[in-house]
Amino acid sequence: MSQVIGVPRETAAGEKRVATVPEVVEKLIKLGFKVAVQSGAGDAANFSDDVYRAAGAEIFDGAAKLWFASDIVFKVRGPSTEEIGLMREGGTLVSFIWPAQNPELLKQLAAKKATVLAMDSVPRISRAQKLDALSSMANIAGYRAVIEAAHHFGRFFTGQITAAGKVPPAKVFVIGAGVAGLAAIGTAAGLGAIVRANDTRPEVGDQVKSMGGEFVSVDYQEEGSGVGGYAKVMSEGFLKAQAAVFAKQAKEVDIIITTALIPGKPAPKLISAEMVKSMKPGSVIVDMAAEQGGNCELTVPHQVSVAHGVTIIGYSDLPSRLSKQSSTLYATNLFRLAEELCKTKDGVINVNMEDEVIRGTTVVKEGNITWPPPAPKLSAAPPGAAKPAAAVPAARKGHGHGDGAPASAKSMTIMFAVAAILFWFMGANAPAAFLNHFTVFVLACFVGYMVVWNVTPALHTPLMSVTNAISSIIAIGALVQVAPPIAGGGERPELWILGLAVAGIALTAINMFGGFAVTQRMLEMFRK
Amino acid sequence: MSATLATVSYIGAAILFILSLGGLSNPESSRRGNLYGIIGMTIAVLATVFGPNVTAAGIPWLVGAMLIGGSIGIYASRVVRMTQMPELVALMHSLVGLAAMLVGFANYIDPAAAGTFKGAEKTIHEVEIYLGILIGAVTFSGSVIAFGKLSAKISGKPLLLPGRHWLNLIGLLVVIWFGWRFIDSHTVAEGMTPLVVMSVIALAFGIHMVMAIGGADMPVVISMLNSYSGWAAAATGFMLSNDLLIVTGALVGSSGAILSYIMCRAMNRHFLSVIAGGFGTGGGVPAAPGGRGKGNEPAGEVVPIQAAETAELLRESKNVIIVPGYGMAVAQAQHAVYEITRHLREKGVNVRFGIHPVAGRMPGHMNVLLAEARVPYDIVLEMDELNADFPETDVAMVIGANDIVNPSAQDDPASPIAGMPVLEVWKARTSIVMKRSMASGYAGVDNPLFYKENNRMLFGDAKKMLDEVLVALKA
Repeated sequence: MSQVIGVPRETAAGEKRVATVPEVVEKLIKLGFKVAVQSGAGDAANFSDDVYRAAGAEIFDGAAKLWFASDIVFKVRGPSTEEIGLMREGGTLVSFIWPAQNPELLKQLAAKKATVLAMDSVPRISRAQKLDALSSMANIAGYRAVIEAAHHFGRFFTGQITAAGKVPPAKVFVIGAGVAGLAAIGTAAGLGAIVRANDTRPEVGDQVKSMGGEFVSVDYQEEGSGVGGYAKVMSEGFLKAQAAVFAKQAKEVDIIITTALIPGKPAPKLISAEMVKSMKPGSVIVDMAAEQGGNCELTVPHQVSVAHGVTIIGYSDLPSRLSKQSSTLYATNLFRLAEELCKTKDGVINVNMEDEVIRGTTVVKEGNITWPPPAPKLSAAPPGAAKPAAAVPAARKGHGHGDGAPASAKSMTIMFAVAAILFWFMGANAPAAFLNHFTVFVLACFVGYMVVWNVTPALHTPLMSVTNAISSIIAIGALVQVAPPIAGGGERPELWILGLAVAGIALTAINMFGGFAVTQRMLEMFRK
Repeated sequence: MSATLATVSYIGAAILFILSLGGLSNPESSRRGNLYGIIGMTIAVLATVFGPNVTAAGIPWLVGAMLIGGSIGIYASRVVRMTQMPELVALMHSLVGLAAMLVGFANYIDPAAAGTFKGAEKTIHEVEIYLGILIGAVTFSGSVIAFGKLSAKISGKPLLLPGRHWLNLIGLLVVIWFGWRFIDSHTVAEGMTPLVVMSVIALAFGIHMVMAIGGADMPVVISMLNSYSGWAAAATGFMLSNDLLIVTGALVGSSGAILSYIMCRAMNRHFLSVIAGGFGTGGGVPAAPGGRGKGNEPAGEVVPIQAAETAELLRESKNVIIVPGYGMAVAQAQHAVYEITRHLREKGVNVRFGIHPVAGRMPGHMNVLLAEARVPYDIVLEMDELNADFPETDVAMVIGANDIVNPSAQDDPASPIAGMPVLEVWKARTSIVMKRSMASGYAGVDNPLFYKENNRMLFGDAKKMLDEVLVALKA
């Protein structure tokens, strides 16, 4: 019997997102589930009931009916007290919960014998990235923060030289280069602004650069990486050095976007009233940490305020302001979670507490509070030790001679000794005629060595075919045997020799003509 | 033509051959280099034909033989497809080996050739014949097997007989013992038996040696056989007391040896372990199927991608590096690759090619294929030239290659390919791997690249997929 996934309309004021979108409804049905959607659930995100119906969802009027019909409820925001009242005994709920901030909520859910998976508690490991809703929301928020800033900022972002005069590019300073910060950097850089960014974790400098920003470091030695890729609280001395950097930036830049959060703590106050005062009139601050108290002292949460001529944006619903995009990404995250929960694809979930990802996400299991989970077994990458440890011998250029590193003195000595003995042996025993040929041979080897190292690797195939062609010089050996001037008497098996020699000539002629011709054909193709 | 004049002509030919190889140092001068080779060969042949050692009676024979062989050669060079170059080259090696054998036998049974030698000179001459035939036979049978493997007439898997090192050793001892008997013999008939027995053993040895070598090691084998064919020519030169043959043989021999060395270095393997056969250095134990470094299960998951999305990614990038492998040759996809390249370059995308030294089945194979598809050679770069550029690359597209882009060569000291230099495609913003399936490469090593977060897999026949990408790009 397949289970029903219910998607109610969000009840929180101003929440425009919805927990599933028609595209994902189809995928959930393919997993074997039935999908129920409350009438009007997707309206604020521009998904009508009809589209949901067309995708295969059943539409229910009113929250009560929907909650009653659902085995599993997908939501965006954590449930209100009324919603918990509607919830089935022993049902399953998937939504943002923030268990650390809402212990009461957990208890109420536990009293309902519910199983609750919190999308904010997905462990930060590589395998779980596809269901990391925090990252997908932060990405949207970072984008929207720049758009909001652009809306309140009285100038272009990009520098232009127009007939009416020169426009300098806007300067944007982003504090905190997490997912949201990086998205903000990328968006602002895309609009043409000069972007600088700071983070307490020095290793994100490369990521900042890759998004088109410039990393502004605080000149103070302290490692700022906490567990799970989040930042941690910094020391007194560091904060002072940091404040100095921020004060300097505040005077220079037009827009500040702050994203600094520390898990389970109020947001650090990084932009003082003094700094705001020092900014140019018309500047904009977007405080993305407003909900957790704000990074700026003057932020008014959830609102836009103006202080000292600077617009301070304290919206806490940035993802919701891009409701269609954020609903789609969130719905996909939920779908990925459903895949993890229902590996058998038969429409019945299995909350497998052995699975690291599901264990971390589950905050209430059948009425028992299971939060916080045990520490994750492994982090995405142990910070600091990310560099490949294996010693890789430096690859040398294809050109140049032989071994880069000269052989050790010992092996050189041995080689010379062996060569000396060999040469002495030959010199003592071999006849002069042979030695002449041997001299030619050794010198030719050296010439070949020198010449061939200069051949460009791109032409190694033509090299082989041309050496093939010239090794047909063996033909000479056969040619002299076809009909040599007979020097003296003695029985000579003419026919045998003639046969062998003619066959030899024919074979080498294949190489001679074929080799040169095919080399020519190949070399013709090499062009600029 | 007098003997001295012939000798002077030979010197000229030798110099022209050296210039011919020297010309290959860059594509501009390479065509002239080939011309030098042709002139040198013409001089050498004419000097011999009109020299003191060929009488008029032989002319019809040698003209006839030349005509037959030449027309076969020209025909083959016209019809061969560039993807089949390794096969053709292997076949040509075998001809050199066979010719060396024939010349050796003919020389031995010709009393006129051996008549003047006495004492140590006679011994040396016989050693030369013996060695010439030996090397020729190994080259011949080895190349035939290599040809079979390359043209998939014989399975590419290494054939590992039990106790094969002992077999080889016994073979060597028998060859030495018969060599001693051969030198000791007084008449041609007496010496014929050891000579024939040795030839048979040498042929068997050549077969056995190449059978034991896996498909991925083919570039090494081809270069090695190239080298052998040179040594066979050199040995023939000693036998005939002909310096031109010695010089040419030495040139070809050292060229092949250097190529083998480059190929081995590119795979971070010892020459001996390649020749010993199989993969893995531990006495040639074949890697267990799908064998991977211990405790190194690749984490993450494989993300497939469609042709349309690939086109999208390519269209939106500024820097693209394409890494072709043997799969591109098999699928005959080089022309589709060129079309995509041209299209992207017209759009201002910086497209370059990264060639691993052992990509394909012979040294420089990929370069020739791309040149055939009219890709300009100045955007086809060596591994070392662009490995540092991957971090600034938007899309790295891997077409039918596997081991040469395997990150475990750098990260996992326990991997069978640890230490092999590889193209660092995973450092690009996105890497796309075109492959028919998830099967591992010749090394039998799992590739953690496929599981990387920024990697996408485009499954399917490379040619078909690239055509689809091209259509999507133009749309």
